[in-house]
Amino acid sequence: MPATDRAQATEERLRALFLAALDGDAAAYRQFLSDLGAHLRAFFRRRLAHTPDHAEDLVQEVLLAVHAQRHTWLRDQPLTSWVHAIAKYKLLDHLRAHARREALHEPLDDELEVFAACDNAAAEARRDLQRVLEHLPERQRRAVVMVRVEGASVADTARATGMSEAAVKVGVHRGLKLLAAKVRGSR
Amino acid sequence: MKTEDLITALAADAPPVDPRRVARRFTLVTLAGLPIALVAVLALLGPRHDLAVAMGLPMFWVKLAFPLAIGASAWLLLRRLGSPGARAGGTLAGVVLPVLLMWLLAAAVLLSAPAGERLPLVLGATWRQCPAFITLLALPAGALAFGALRGLAPTRLVPAGAAAGLFAGATGAAAYSVHCPELQAPFLGVWYLLGMLVPAALGAALGPRVLRW
Repeated sequence: MPATDRAQATEERLRALFLAALDGDAAAYRQFLSDLGAHLRAFFRRRLAHTPDHAEDLVQEVLLAVHAQRHTWLRDQPLTSWVHAIAKYKLLDHLRAHARREALHEPLDDELEVFAACDNAAAEARRDLQRVLEHLPERQRRAVVMVRVEGASVADTARATGMSEAAVKVGVHRGLKLLAAKVRGSR
Repeated sequence: MKTEDLITALAADAPPVDPRRVARRFTLVTLAGLPIALVAVLALLGPRHDLAVAMGLPMFWVKLAFPLAIGASAWLLLRRLGSPGARAGGTLAGVVLPVLLMWLLAAAVLLSAPAGERLPLVLGATWRQCPAFITLLALPAGALAFGALRGLAPTRLVPAGAAAGLFAGATGAAAYSVHCPELQAPFLGVWYLLGMLVPAALGAALGPRVLRW
């Protein structure tokens, strides 16, 4: 099948699933997100070949954005162009933030520099993190600390905090997003 | 977090979406700026003292239709720019066309006037205050339009901000026309346009700062 026909078939299938999802069909929505995730993964892996873990982060970021913004899809508009615009927006955002982080690093040319500075960077980083974490709402902070800092599983965190697993996942994601925004804003 | 888990969490939290409700909300929020600006202009500046007479003149309605036409197109543009990937299409022409028509009218007026009267036709009596008042009166609609945009997902932040600003400027200009004593096309083609372009420029500058998501 030629590529355009395949894209057309995908458009029709995803569109039908998404329309059902917008009417409240959770099973169709699950299928839609799962299929969309696969397409997004291919899209981002191709563009972030050197950093595959970033590609997966972006897949999740875009799935969340699709979810949060699903009311902005105009039904007279191809679903592809809507999803593509969101994916492109998030990718550019990611590349911009990344370029800024990279620019803050010192050049790597000086070999002696490896020995010129040492150690407690990790401890300080954690202390900084603690300070930033204090700005998060309680539930998000606990989710982020347990899952991302202490490395506990989502299930354990849910049990320890009394939140549902879904709430922990969403809390981690929102918390990280808020943190990223805070770090960006404080520069 | 595994992507699979995220999908499960999202699918569990998906109440139905009613597109008509989304559209209604957007319409109500954005259009609320016009009555607010009208109340502001009547309360702070007052209507022009000969409003009843002026309403009998065709140019009064041209002066009102000019910003309303631009505002309607800017509003459509705003709605499209709030949706990722939606084409603006012919909407941009709807913004440019009223300006071209007004300039055509202005050129006709200026060409038929004696040379010495042309500059007064452009400057009127109130050119100093007109763009500033229009910009001020654009503020409520501007804040509301930005608020409405933040409820959507603009991906092109400069055009989206500019469209919000232009829409607000058109709202301000329409409200200001109730107070404004000028009726000449050359004046409207310059100062009303400037009054709408200033908020548009402000919106374009503000877009990337305020509309990120």
